[in-house]
This record gives sequence, structure tokens and C-alpha cells, in this order.
Amino acid sequence: MADGSIGLWTVPLAVLGGAIRVSTPFLFVSLGECITERSGRINLGLEGTLVMGAMSAYGSSYLTGSPWLGVLAAGITGALLGALHAGICSLPRVNDVAVGIALMLFGTGLAFYLGKPLIEPTAARLPAIDFGWWSDIPQVRAALRVNVLFLIGVALAPILYWAFRTTRWGLLIRTAGESSDATRAMGHSVLLIRLRATMVGGFLAGIGGSFLSLFYPGSWNEGLSSGQGITAVALVIFARWDPLLCLWASLAFGGAAALGPALQSVGVTSGYHLFNAAPYILTLAIMIMTCSPKRTLTGAPAELSITR
Amino acid sequence: MIIGETPPPSGVFGVDAIAMTMRFGDFLALDNVELKVRPGSFHALLGENGAGKSTLVKCIMGYYHATEGNILIGGREQAIANPKDAHALGLGMVYQHFTLVPAMTIAENLVLARDDVPAVVNWPKEMKQLEAFLARMPFKVPLSAKVSDISAGERQKCEILKQLYLKRRFLILDEPTSVLTPAEADEVLGMLRDMVVRGELTILMITHKFREVMAFADEVTILRRGKLAGGGKVAELTPDAMARTMIGAEELTVQPLRSGEAGQARLELAKVRALDDAGTVAVHDISLTVRAGEIVGIAGVSGNGQRQLVEVLAGQREAEGGEIRVAGDPYHARREEMRRHKMSLLPEEPLKNACVGGMSVADNIAFREFDRAPFASGGWWLNRGAFRDDATKKIRQYRIKTRTPETPISALSGGNVQRAVLARELAGDVEVLIAANPCFGLDFAAVAQIHAEIMAARNRGAAVLLVSEDLDELLELSDRLVVMFHGELVYEARTSEADLTVVGRHMAGH
Repeated sequence: MADGSIGLWTVPLAVLGGAIRVSTPFLFVSLGECITERSGRINLGLEGTLVMGAMSAYGSSYLTGSPWLGVLAAGITGALLGALHAGICSLPRVNDVAVGIALMLFGTGLAFYLGKPLIEPTAARLPAIDFGWWSDIPQVRAALRVNVLFLIGVALAPILYWAFRTTRWGLLIRTAGESSDATRAMGHSVLLIRLRATMVGGFLAGIGGSFLSLFYPGSWNEGLSSGQGITAVALVIFARWDPLLCLWASLAFGGAAALGPALQSVGVTSGYHLFNAAPYILTLAIMIMTCSPKRTLTGAPAELSITR
Repeated sequence: MIIGETPPPSGVFGVDAIAMTMRFGDFLALDNVELKVRPGSFHALLGENGAGKSTLVKCIMGYYHATEGNILIGGREQAIANPKDAHALGLGMVYQHFTLVPAMTIAENLVLARDDVPAVVNWPKEMKQLEAFLARMPFKVPLSAKVSDISAGERQKCEILKQLYLKRRFLILDEPTSVLTPAEADEVLGMLRDMVVRGELTILMITHKFREVMAFADEVTILRRGKLAGGGKVAELTPDAMARTMIGAEELTVQPLRSGEAGQARLELAKVRALDDAGTVAVHDISLTVRAGEIVGIAGVSGNGQRQLVEVLAGQREAEGGEIRVAGDPYHARREEMRRHKMSLLPEEPLKNACVGGMSVADNIAFREFDRAPFASGGWWLNRGAFRDDATKKIRQYRIKTRTPETPISALSGGNVQRAVLARELAGDVEVLIAANPCFGLDFAAVAQIHAEIMAARNRGAAVLLVSEDLDELLELSDRLVVMFHGELVYEARTSEADLTVVGRHMAGH
């Protein structure tokens, strides 16, 4: 154990650190999508929102020198993209899944176009809190360097869980997602509720993007997101539209994504790319385990176009 | 609690609709209709489907704006621009389709319906207030239960409670008993009647059940094809007189007399088990035999597994266990088996379960035989002319009202969609017929025609399994009656010997 070598313990530690680091974008996107889907709409465009958020956060941080203004800019960009999605979906005979796919391509394309000049410069990055100060082992310290956004996300999950039950907005979002007839009979506008829910969802997804460019990996390039946005949308389905389960699912995915690099660091090099595919294998495995052709998903909002 | 600028009249109040005319394009839905509901009375609004009842009450509730005419609330003329205005005036409506959110609890549904939902709901306090409110009410409901877990009868009670919780003094009920057992209907209407008698409420009830009109209503207004056809004090009217006013001079198909005896077992179910969409057991080891020349009626409140049972027989759902035999052969709802055994199906919601809405009437009528001669050559080359000729013949024979055989079937009215399905399913020989709520939401003429066709099929020797939520229909048509509750058959009797109160008790699970 001398000179900081901790042998095979590196693997679980790296997975833990990865769970914390890699899970943050999953967490924000899935919580945002959870809000949107609970209102009865699915926004597949969050992959585009994530990349746009990453680009605008990096650009704003570079120009203003404040990473937190970058986070805010990412959120606003996300909310605007959410408003665009909800606006198009408000038109008659528009399918939200198709619009989502279009916006996913639009968002990533626009981000690459606008983000060309940002590949070279270095922007101010988000700070992290060192929870590993008590340890001398560098791997432990590295694993426990926790970003503030992660903590905000962890706090947000129980807050959302509470808000869906006890606030007027939470109840209205659920009503719009379960029965648009009931919502209209109460005199509320379903489209307006969904517009707001999609904007909040976009806001959170944008913040998830800012984490990518401002903390981990912490730079802007075109390969920044490897499908985290779309994976997070799927994650909401495994999490049964429950914000607390979204938190656990995000951690599990983050951990799975860190498995490949962790094994490589201890010298397991064979099958490196296979281990990198762990999150996707996990996606498939959970899908197969939890879905059945004979059953509808429990907890699914009844108005969602995929369950109707 | 008063919302809006116009306070509701204190005490009970009446509603008058004067000279109401409503046009949708060229179509005249209401033609100079007059409705007078006296304060503190129980008023019934009778009429066939499409007579304009819903349009009239939707004008009162502010969903539609009448082309001409006025609404007086408590004797004062009011402009009702939208449902919120109507609510502010103390008017409430209970819809035919439930407006409760199934995935939420009763308490959440009630609080959410209020106009002043607090930004953060203090649940302990709200629950205490709700319990105090319930203590004053004639019906009891489990506040913390999810709406999806309670029975249809309890849901209907919740809908009514919701209106009372919102302090509405004038209730419009749209066919409130269509999902209830006769005993539940009597209980709910009886309690509402008591509140009317005590001077707490005024009620306007849309219905087509004469029994309920006779038992609970003070006055009745009858509409026919958008016009006022009659009305008056219920005490001075008979069901026959009301029926004649409702239908007018229209000729109804005469139902053939029941003839012939039941023969051999044709359709046999042995311990059939099926799951619902949520994965719980909906059909619980059902065993049942239907013989040739016999109508077996399955009674039950909707949601007791009837739908899943019919879906298994129709091939829309896989059975989890058990065995189905038709004429002695194992049956798996394959197309070839259906054809060999001359099986016909009239599923509920025919537009959804038996038709492709975007395809033409002719195509829909040809579904059973489209790939055989004379409709197809060699099993693949379709002969469009044969489709059209066959459809034209059947459209005439079954009196399907469609512009052309090429019209998409979704453009037809409910009665005509069901007639088209009838034409497809019953025009040839039928040995086994499975029908589920075949007359739901249809007018008298269509109902009479469908009942006549089902009886004729029975007399020709078909084994008929008739699943229905309408007890009157089952008592009229079936030879044998079974009751389905929670996925099990809990009662069986010859229809001629069945006791309505015993049947109703079994439907409610007692």
C-alpha cells in the first residue's frame, strides 16, 4: 500500500468517482425530462439541448469569466429550446417524438456551427468541493472532488418528489399528464402547462450541458456528448417517472460509464471498448427486464404519446 | 369562496333556456328549444343520441355559444362565456366520461378541482377539512385511495361529491348511471333526490332510462332531432308516451320471435385466465359453455374482466391459461379457425376494435374475405370492383348511411359504423357470435336493428355470447344469464327465472 498504490481498490473507487462525476448531466437531463413527461409530453430533443447548453455555457464563461453566468446562459438556452419544442407541439396534428428528433439534430448542428470558435480558447471552469481532504490517497481525493452542480442535482430530486405531491404546480403538471380532459374541465390550459413544463425541462437539460463543458470533461468540442441526453430520456422510463429513482438511475449509469476507464487504469486493457459500452448494455438489460409486450408500464403518464 | 364578479344566487335557483338555436355550419343542432328547470326540482332531459341534449347543456355551461337564445339563471339573464363563468354562478356538470384523474387519489382530485388551490398544499389540514365535509355528505368514499383502484360506482359518487365540495347548487348530470348497477343507480339518485327535496340542490339529468325518470324526476323535457318534442310533469306521463315523443314516427325493425331449442355445445371455455394491461389477473379461470341456438348473456359492471375476456376470444390478447374449444376443436383465435368455424365478432367500440378508420367503408366490409374469390384472384390480386359491388349491396341491405362506399369509415356516425360491422360479420352463415356492448351509445333505430339481427342469428342456430353492461338488453335477448365480478363468474340462471335484485347484488359483489 506504499506510495499511494491501492491495487484493485482503484476500480470501485474510480467507479464511485465516476458515478458522481459522470452522473451529473444524466441527473439534470432526466429530472428535466421527468417534469416534461409528467405533463404528458416527451421531449427527445434534450440531446440537442444538452449540447447547445454546453456550447453556450462555455462561450458565456469564456466571454464573462464567470462560470456561473455560463450555467445561467445554458439554462436559458435550454428553456428557449424547450419553448420551441412546446410551441411546435401546440400546433394541431404535430407529433412530439418527431419534433424532438428534429430538435435534437437542430440543437447539435447549431451548437457545432456556433461553437467552432470556442474549440481553441480556455474558459473559466466550475469550482469543486474537496470532500477527500481527510485522505492521503490521491485516488480517494480524486473520487471525492465533488462539483456543486452535482449537489444541487441531488437536492433537486427530493424537492421535485415533494413538489409533485404538495404544490399546485406539481398537481397541475400531473393532471395535464394523466388526463387532458380533466385539466380542461378544470378550466386550465393544457398547452400552457406543457409549455412551462417543457421550458423547465429544457432549462435543467441546459444546465446538465454546462456541466459537460465547464467541469467534466471540461472543454468544448464536438464529441462532448456521447448520447447522454438521449440516454437520460430513456432513463426516465426506467425510473418510472419518479425523481428519486431518476437520481439512483443516474448514479448507476454514471458508475457504468466509468467502468471502462477504471479497469484500464489497473491494467485490464483487453475489452476496453466493450467496457466502455457498459451504459448501453445496462440500458438494454434494464429495458428487457422491465418491459413486457403484455403489460403497460406502471406509473406512465396516461397522456404520453408513447403509452397512449 | 366566491369566485368571479357575479355572486351565485343564494339558496336554490332555477335555469331557463329560452329560444335556443345552435348551428354548426349547415347543421342545425338546436332549433328554437325551450327548457325551464324550476328551482328545487329534479328535471329530466330525454332524447335519443343526436337529439341535441348535450349541445343544449353545453350551451348552458358555456362550452358552446348558442347562435340565438338566452339563458336565465335564477330569473336573471346571464352571459356565460366559458365554463368558469358557469361555475362562478353555481352551475356544475357531471360528465358521462369521468373527469377524475385515475392515477391520483380522491383527496388530490377534490383539492385540485378548487379554483383556489394553494401554491403549497398543507395536506394534514386539507384532509381534516375533507373529512369534515364528507361527514355531512350522504355518500362515503375512501379519500386516500387512488381513483384507478375504486369501482365505477364509487367514481360516480366522487364526481358528484366534487360538485358538492365546490358548492355548486345546480347540477347537470349527463347519463350519470350508465356505469352503475341498478342498485347503485338507485342509491345515488335517491340521495340526490333527498337533497333536492330538502331544498339544497336543483338537478337537470340527461338520461334515456325511463325507469329513472319515473322514479326520481319531477318534470321532463323531451327533445327530438334538435327540436322540443314535448315535456311536462312526470306524474302525468307514461313511459310509452315519452318513448313515442322521443322517437317520433320512425319505423323500428321488428325483432323476430325466439324460436328453436338449444343444440350441442359450440363454444366451450375451460379455466380461461387472462391478464390486463397492468399485468394483474383480469379473467380468473372462467369456464362457460355456449350451445348452438342459445344466447348466453354476461352481465357485469364495466371493468370486471369482460373486456379482457372478449379480447382473448377476438385474438387481441393472449390467454395465460385454460382452453377454448369451438365445435370441439381447440381454438386460438387464428383467422383460419374463425373462418372454418364461421365465427363472428361484434366488439365494443367498433371503430377502434373492428375497423380501420382511415380505410373506406367498402374495404372495412371486405376484411373477412378480402383475399379470397371473388374479392381476390390467386389470393393476392384484389378485385376492387367486387369490393364495391358487395359493399353497395350490403349498404342497402343494412341501411348504412354513407355518402359512397369509398367514404372513410371514420366519417360515419356510431350507429352506421356498427351497421357496417354488422353487415360484415352477420351477412354470411354464423355459427358462433361474440358481441360486446353492441348497442352502446346508439339510437333506437340502430339498437332495434342490432337486437333483431342477434336474435335472428340465434334462431338460425348460432351460439351467441353477449357481453353487455346494459341489463335490460341482456334480459331481453339472452336465454341464459351469468354475472361476471372481479374476473369470475359468480352467478348463473335461466333468464326467464333470473331475479333482478339477485343479479344486481352479484354485479356489486355481494
